[in-house]
Amino acid sequence: MTDTSFPAGDLLKGKRGLIMGVANKNSIAWGIAQQLAAQGAELAFSYQEALEKRVRGLAESIGQDFLIPADVTNDDEMEACFKTLQARWGTIDFLVHAIAFAGKDELQGSFTHNTTRLGFQRAMDISAFSFVDAAKRASAIMPSKENGGGAMVCLTYLGSERVVPNYNVMGVAKAALEASTRYIARDLGPEGIRVNAISAGPMRTLAMAGISGGKTLMKTGKDWSMLKEDTTMEGVAGAALYLLSDLGKSCTGEVLHVDAGFHAVGVPDISEDE
Amino acid sequence: MSDILERVKKIVVEHLDVDADKVTEEASFTDDLGADSLDNVELVMAFEEEFDIEIPDDAAEHIQTVGAAVKFISEKQG
Repeated sequence: MTDTSFPAGDLLKGKRGLIMGVANKNSIAWGIAQQLAAQGAELAFSYQEALEKRVRGLAESIGQDFLIPADVTNDDEMEACFKTLQARWGTIDFLVHAIAFAGKDELQGSFTHNTTRLGFQRAMDISAFSFVDAAKRASAIMPSKENGGGAMVCLTYLGSERVVPNYNVMGVAKAALEASTRYIARDLGPEGIRVNAISAGPMRTLAMAGISGGKTLMKTGKDWSMLKEDTTMEGVAGAALYLLSDLGKSCTGEVLHVDAGFHAVGVPDISEDE
Repeated sequence: MSDILERVKKIVVEHLDVDADKVTEEASFTDDLGADSLDNVELVMAFEEEFDIEIPDDAAEHIQTVGAAVKFISEKQG
């Protein structure tokens, strides 16, 4: 991974938020966390038990020590997670959701033939419902509209809108996540809480490693993109900063594509030698 | 070949935070070097990055030792 740099400043000074979904240093959630911290935010990280050591090391490297275990499929753990947040901070100003799951067998070949009932349910539960659930709990401890309200961001991918080989059930779950984003934004709008999704281009994360042919996806994402480059962590983290800070005022219910323009290309340039 | 071994060793040492002496060709990532399943995925990703190759899942499952990684990469680059 190339070195990334995140501009420092005070855009989130005095703001606190929860980051869900850091797994390792390549995680999009981690890139976002670094950017938010560089702008003065105080962060809490929720993690799935097996990931504690990794998340702790990363969090401490930017001077953050607030870690909370939370398996998003477990109501008790989710309840406890937000209780812990409330106990320590009283309120939170933002939420970052970067969690998804589908079985490896379902991230390849035929969507129609490989998707099982259980696999479909798990993908939907972990990748889409978990945002609805977290949004409900987070909104309950966000400041009132008069006191600034709050903001939420989740991570999605183009496979929700168009067919991407092997993305399969995850594409369906991401479509549900994006639709959920709009409904949540509608419900929480009157409370001054903005809710948006970032549709990031392919990046070398653990999620990508789970998708059959991920490397091809990366290369196509670059070659066919308008900018002719990979999606950068700075770009995605910067979009999150915009959406979660007051820079993003008036923006809600939106799916913001940060993918070097790939999403808008209908027919790619065909080079002469092909 | 030896160059590949050195580069693989370097990645393994850095990633798993183990002594270089322990990273022999026979060393198993899981049994000898303490890698968990996530480490294994990350190592494969790191190899892909370092050597600019693709390691498919079914091949990755068989890369359980340092030597197996070197062998696979050598053949890919052949």
